[in-house]
Amino acid sequence: MTEEKHTISLLVENTPGVLSRIAGLFSGRGFNIESICAAPTMDRLVTRITLVTRGDESIMEQINKQLNKLVNVIKVQDLTETDFVEREMALVKVKAEAKNRAEILRLVDIFRCKVVDVTPTHYTLEVTGTAEKLTALLDLLKSMGIKEIARTGSIAMTREKK
Amino acid sequence: MELTGAKIIMEILKEEGVDTVFGITGGAAIEMYDELAKTDIRHIMVRHEQGAVHAADGYARAKKDVGVCMVTSGPGATNTVSGIASAYMDSIPLVVFTAQVPTSLIGNDAFQEVDIVGITRPCTKHNYLVRSIEDLARTVKEAFYIARSGRPGPVLVDIPKDISQTTTNYKPSPRPSLKSYNPTYRPNIRQLRWAMGLIKEARKPVIFAGGGVILSGASRELTKFAKRLKAPVAGTLMGLGAFPGTDKLWLGMLGMHGTYRANMSVQSCDLLIGVGVRFDDRVTGKLGTFAPYAKIIHIDIDPTSIRKNIPVTVPIVGDCKISLAELNRLMTKESFTVDKKSSKLWLDQIEEWKKTMPLSYDQRKTIKPQHVVEKLYELTNGNAIITTEVGQNQMWAAQYYHFDQPNCFITSGGLGCMGFGFPAAIGAQVACPDKLVVDIAGDGSIQMNIQELATAMQYKLPVKIVILNNRYLGMVRQWQELFYDKRYASTDIAHAPDFVKLAESYGGVGMRATRPEEVEPVLKEGLNTPGLAIMDFLVEREESVYPMVPAGAPITDMLLVN
Ligand SMILES: Cc1ncc(C[n+]2csc(CCOP(=O)(O)OP(=O)(O)O)c2C)c(N)n1
Ligand SMILES: [Mg+2]
Repeated sequence: MTEEKHTISLLVENTPGVLSRIAGLFSGRGFNIESICAAPTMDRLVTRITLVTRGDESIMEQINKQLNKLVNVIKVQDLTETDFVEREMALVKVKAEAKNRAEILRLVDIFRCKVVDVTPTHYTLEVTGTAEKLTALLDLLKSMGIKEIARTGSIAMTREKK
Repeated sequence: MELTGAKIIMEILKEEGVDTVFGITGGAAIEMYDELAKTDIRHIMVRHEQGAVHAADGYARAKKDVGVCMVTSGPGATNTVSGIASAYMDSIPLVVFTAQVPTSLIGNDAFQEVDIVGITRPCTKHNYLVRSIEDLARTVKEAFYIARSGRPGPVLVDIPKDISQTTTNYKPSPRPSLKSYNPTYRPNIRQLRWAMGLIKEARKPVIFAGGGVILSGASRELTKFAKRLKAPVAGTLMGLGAFPGTDKLWLGMLGMHGTYRANMSVQSCDLLIGVGVRFDDRVTGKLGTFAPYAKIIHIDIDPTSIRKNIPVTVPIVGDCKISLAELNRLMTKESFTVDKKSSKLWLDQIEEWKKTMPLSYDQRKTIKPQHVVEKLYELTNGNAIITTEVGQNQMWAAQYYHFDQPNCFITSGGLGCMGFGFPAAIGAQVACPDKLVVDIAGDGSIQMNIQELATAMQYKLPVKIVILNNRYLGMVRQWQELFYDKRYASTDIAHAPDFVKLAESYGGVGMRATRPEEVEPVLKEGLNTPGLAIMDFLVEREESVYPMVPAGAPITDMLLVN
């Protein structure tokens, strides 16, 4: 069976230790987490966690059930089964030598990035998009020399029905 | 009412009907203990916190209620961990109160501070650190509710010392409702109908009952269901007593040390109905080979149990008692009858297996441990509450004592925690003062919580301990014999106390049998002793438990004799 990527959206009670319960569940049962992202919702007592994991059908079934079993978890939704939007942001500090500057700015244009910091030797870019888009950009920038990157991990939600 | 935190806890214990608490006090727990002593609640002061948790576990099972423990911070809390993990694996409802250093000191590596909530997160059903007196009452109420409901389990509540001292206004609150926790009791009717379809088609059905049947009190429904279906019933270790052990339809235990007929039946059946089980590896053996011809119906209250290890045809999420009652109702409604001819063929086949390979051992000049358990069964008419330690003693108890009633066999099934049996017997005896409670023990395991002899003596608990003394960590020795060329690395425990004198030194009665003809008189005398008695049976040292399925093999690969 294939280990497909799944984006899971969780609503959890905003209590101390809830992230650790979820992280502990994944490590204790040998499931993997590719990224995890948590922040409060409009209701300050509720946190939304977006989690990207990989697994075949039976692993995903267990992940879903085990998450539901946690007392602090209010709702589990595997977005991969629905139509959804997914975004990730990254900051990339890239070496900006004279010969590369124009090329970097072209990429900024194509990928709709922003240049958020400029020094004589480096550009810092802000980019938003799907994980695939970010990875594509990073691959292109690699040859110029990436000094540092920070990625947020995915956040996601279902698309409203038209 | 303006009450301190400690008083509020006592109020809630009373509201929850708690009559006994097991534990040991300490610096951070003084406040709670001070208030506990002012109530009518009985406190059983144990000698080690692990003993407190196992005792509460035994109490919970014998009484079919929640067991409650109270311990101090730091080492008091860490000592509870094995007990909590054992209760977690076996789904036993407990509420464990651990004291904690004052909130102002948390995180400072204060004296006797330990992050017990962090430590027990993966081995509790849920746990709490109470950070504010305002949260206390709701939290404790929730703890009891979560421990009892759904698939039961241990819940730990960590109470900082200042929380037990601070006052707040208290008024009793109704049962909590949690928006994120809502166990499913009622099975889906469509699933039940689907299951009925399979039941009607089955020609060789087997029922496979686990601890869930006992936890949900579904023995009557199970018995009715099995008789109606004329389906033989196998049990897991945790399921012993769920179905009468003397009934003709009883197959015995399934799995690694299961009976020949139970393993053969499961491997040949065309429909396997698992009720309150979780298909653990000790039961299934090699996964791909388990029940190869069977469609599987799996009833369990915990959705994560279903399809965790094996694929099933019809999953039914729900309480075992309600689900079985519903299936019984459907059978009546649809005037279900078994196909007489195929049923007879199937039951004849099982009778055949039973005759070819019954559980057996050969009696020699030394005492056979199986013989001790058999005699114990006879002399108690099968009416004792049996607890066990872990290892061979546990398996012989499971094989040779027959349980007609639920809640009479108390063992550390999932965790297999040595040192469980004796404190659990103490808890069971507290719950059932008029019952005969016997711990079937190994010489190794009994030493892991032997200090509780003082507890049993102090509270005049007439627990009986039957030691199957082989002077080995026997179960491990058996594996070494079979799979490690008899290299007995670190399993010889002949260097041991004199258990007779040990009993006497605590003020109890000790006796010993060294020859087969002494077994019966020693058992009789021990069982008739009014107070605590240790019966030390020097048994055949290298006796092994059979049948045995090597770990990871199909369950038909049974090693059958010595
Ligand atoms: C706390 C703990 N430590 C180690 C083990 C591993 N273990 C399983 S059975 C066993 C031997 C138990 O010896 P004994 O109590 O004498 O029982 P016997 O098998 O000889 O009947 C051991 C060491 C365990 N189950 N629990
Ligand atoms: Mg032994």
